Amino acid sequence: MGAKINKAAAGTANYVDERTGVGALVKFLSRKLFPDHWSFMLGEVALYSFVVLLLSGVFITAYFEPSMTFVTYDGPLETMQGVEMSKAFESTLHMSFEVPGGLLMRQIHHWAALMFTAAIVIHMARVFFTGAFRKPREINWLVGFTLMILSLAAGFTGYSLPDDVLSGNGLRIIDGVVKSIPILGSYISYWLFGGEFPGEILIPRLFTAHILLVPGLILALVALHLFLVFLHKHTQYPGGGRTHKNVVGLPLFPVYTAKAGGFFFVVFGIIAILAALFTINPVWNYGPYDPSPVSAGTQPDWYILFVDGALRLMPGWLGGFPLEWEIAGYTLSWNILVPAVIVPGIFFGILALYPWIEAWATGDRGEKHVLDRPRNAPTRTGIGVALISFYMILALEGSNDIIANLFHLSLNDLTWTFRIAIFVVPPLLFWITKRIALGLQRKDRELVLHGHETGRIVRHEHGEYIEVHEPLDEQELWLRVNYDNITPFEAPEEFNENGVRRGGMRWKRFKARLSRFYFEDRVEPVTPAEYAEAQHHHASYAASDEGLAEAEENADADKALDEGFAQLKKD
Amino acid sequence: MSLENHTEPTSDEKFEDPGVPHHRPRKADVDPKAADKAERQTAFMFGLSILGTIVALVGYFGMDMGDTVGSIRSFTAVLGLGIALAMLGIGIGAIHWAKTLMRDHEMVEERHELRSSDEAREGAIQDLKDGVVDSGLGGPKRRSLLKGSLITALAIAPLSLLVPQIGSMGADWNVSRFRHTMWDKGVRLARDPDGSLIKAADVTIGSAFHVIPEGLVDLEHHKIEEKAKAVVLLVRLNPEDLKIQEGREDWSFDGIVAYSKICTHVGCPVALYEQQTHHLLCPCHQSTFDVSDGAKVVFGPAKRPLPQLPIEVDDEGYIVAQSDFHEPVGPSYWDRLKGDDSSATDEEVEH
Repeated sequence: MGAKINKAAAGTANYVDERTGVGALVKFLSRKLFPDHWSFMLGEVALYSFVVLLLSGVFITAYFEPSMTFVTYDGPLETMQGVEMSKAFESTLHMSFEVPGGLLMRQIHHWAALMFTAAIVIHMARVFFTGAFRKPREINWLVGFTLMILSLAAGFTGYSLPDDVLSGNGLRIIDGVVKSIPILGSYISYWLFGGEFPGEILIPRLFTAHILLVPGLILALVALHLFLVFLHKHTQYPGGGRTHKNVVGLPLFPVYTAKAGGFFFVVFGIIAILAALFTINPVWNYGPYDPSPVSAGTQPDWYILFVDGALRLMPGWLGGFPLEWEIAGYTLSWNILVPAVIVPGIFFGILALYPWIEAWATGDRGEKHVLDRPRNAPTRTGIGVALISFYMILALEGSNDIIANLFHLSLNDLTWTFRIAIFVVPPLLFWITKRIALGLQRKDRELVLHGHETGRIVRHEHGEYIEVHEPLDEQELWLRVNYDNITPFEAPEEFNENGVRRGGMRWKRFKARLSRFYFEDRVEPVTPAEYAEAQHHHASYAASDEGLAEAEENADADKALDEGFAQLKKD
Repeated sequence: MSLENHTEPTSDEKFEDPGVPHHRPRKADVDPKAADKAERQTAFMFGLSILGTIVALVGYFGMDMGDTVGSIRSFTAVLGLGIALAMLGIGIGAIHWAKTLMRDHEMVEERHELRSSDEAREGAIQDLKDGVVDSGLGGPKRRSLLKGSLITALAIAPLSLLVPQIGSMGADWNVSRFRHTMWDKGVRLARDPDGSLIKAADVTIGSAFHVIPEGLVDLEHHKIEEKAKAVVLLVRLNPEDLKIQEGREDWSFDGIVAYSKICTHVGCPVALYEQQTHHLLCPCHQSTFDVSDGAKVVFGPAKRPLPQLPIEVDDEGYIVAQSDFHEPVGPSYWDRLKGDDSSATDEEVEH
């Protein structure tokens, strides 16, 4: 039997290879090495959630009707009997209550979407804090960034499809934001909704975007993202034998086929548990979209919270100063443009361009394949924490009514707290994080120079007590001394030796300032000379052989004494 | 300018890379019993997966889904947990297999610089140059007419596709519809959603009514669009508490006032009325309006007061509108103060 299968497999392989030459590709891929680290699976979570989204999405598409035609409900759900609703909402109810497994698939789809966006954001944070975006991976960072934006688009278009009162109000907010855009706002709103809000064509349009345009783009970019990962070969964490010129890891086949392939099933399984046990988006409780009612505690899905929070945070009046202006009869709504367009624009702009901003400051042009420990890039780590805190404050403000309710706080005080925090907390956390990183670097120096504390106290013959420190083993030593010592560079003199003015001075001065911002405060790694000197110093202070022998003798005597006491007690 | 801020340390200034740490064998590498145990554990996980598939199928065929939320939830739970077990069994089994029985001795592979070699680059540039000469785009026999006309044609060709596509998507582009609602002189105020009419006598002090214009429920077309603009909140305050706005002395009736329910921030319905403070709160972004003082903004992101609907009482005692709103309702937009609205000047009153 086994021999037969082998023969059949060999025959098939031969057939395919003679027609495609795929053998060379298999040879190339199967023993390709991947470094091992738990944080490398975050991107996998995103990829596998996307596969689950496609699988469950196919099921849902078989029942969902993207239509805004009004019908009167007469299905099994008693609370909705006789209620007017769009076909989109009715088919969502039908799918949930009359199709076996329909509710489960809806919940799998929604949980997978939340997991997808969350995994992308956390994966992006991992790439940021370890410096995996550096040359040659800047383009792949941009591809990943675009995927993150597309995941938000996929999420929002899908969230709106059931046409329930919650998502309908979300769309109305989008309409309000679009209308605030100067000059073109009203026309963009008409373009989007095919007339006045909400119109009868929006759901079909969102449906096409949700099942064709956005996932098509995501698939294409995922392919590009993974192709570049293969082309660049994966980054690796620092450690013995790992350099910018090699990869240390395990082969794709069979180890990562089993680990990563198995991990797909784990991700699917966890999403299935969530979907089986935790209800999400129970649209039958919200009811169909109607422009009049709205419930308290209206929260969008988590990934949109920060925009909603920004809209809540921004005041319409500051003291007596209006933040919506009327200039020559035209209305300019800073109170909407700033939180919903300008701030997200700047935030995402910084994220997208970050690899280049940092490259200007380092001035480094080499390929970087060994990751940074976050402490060894204190300014970057500080910037990352500041950006996250900025995002978190907006997300918290987006849930301010729930927080106020939960902790019995005044909603208005809470909003004012966040309004101040958004200016104070990110710079403060930048500073604190940078200091912590520098402190950890100093701790590394300390460990390298003086070794680990052992808790063993030894007395010298001249009476001095010291604690014995154990030197680091070679692997740990290497980890703690082997990082780039980048110093800020100076802008060149404005005039060269012939008195001719150099070009592009403003740009060079800007880069020099940026470089100072990044690298002025730094802790330099221990040099071999410093290490040797410290070793010498320790040798002179270390316990002498006679001293150690005496200590042992004493210990033996103590032990004998203890045994004697124990014997006495027994008697 | 020198960017050489990375001074490459010489070999005696550098610590020596200790190399990849020694591989420590796992239990299953040295003890055949442990390896057999790992195999059994892996097979057990795959067995659990088979069980999960059976649970899912038995649940699907054997359970009655029912038609209440509760019974559907239990059906969903059984099916979902079956799928979860089927998936997790395979996943955990495969990972356990990889971690215990497959190679964990790391291997080393060299990287190669991504940059192409100088010869390859030169070759590519030469090929491109040759192609440019072949095509007549450059070189001695340059045909500049071709270049210019092709670029122009390529640049404007997308318009033939995009203009109709984008042009059709906005229907009739008549954005002045934002300015008008169903309200007009003599239109009666009706309850949302049933459409029953409201008499002044029905509105007691402190009560609030969600209001739509009479006739909305019978509209054949654009009902939801009209409703999205026309919804109103009607409240009656103690007339002493009510600060009447200048120029609006006859817009209310005996403490009864009507305001647009569409937030002037981004258009959520401002549906939460606090009777004690006379505040109207938008639950979306918490803009707060003071109904007793012209619905002015007291907190939150909105800047403009809610537009007021002028009302009066007709001969039969029903509350009716005196006219449409005197300004566009809902969120601000660029030319909201412009256009064909004859009463646009009235908007200046509010601040």
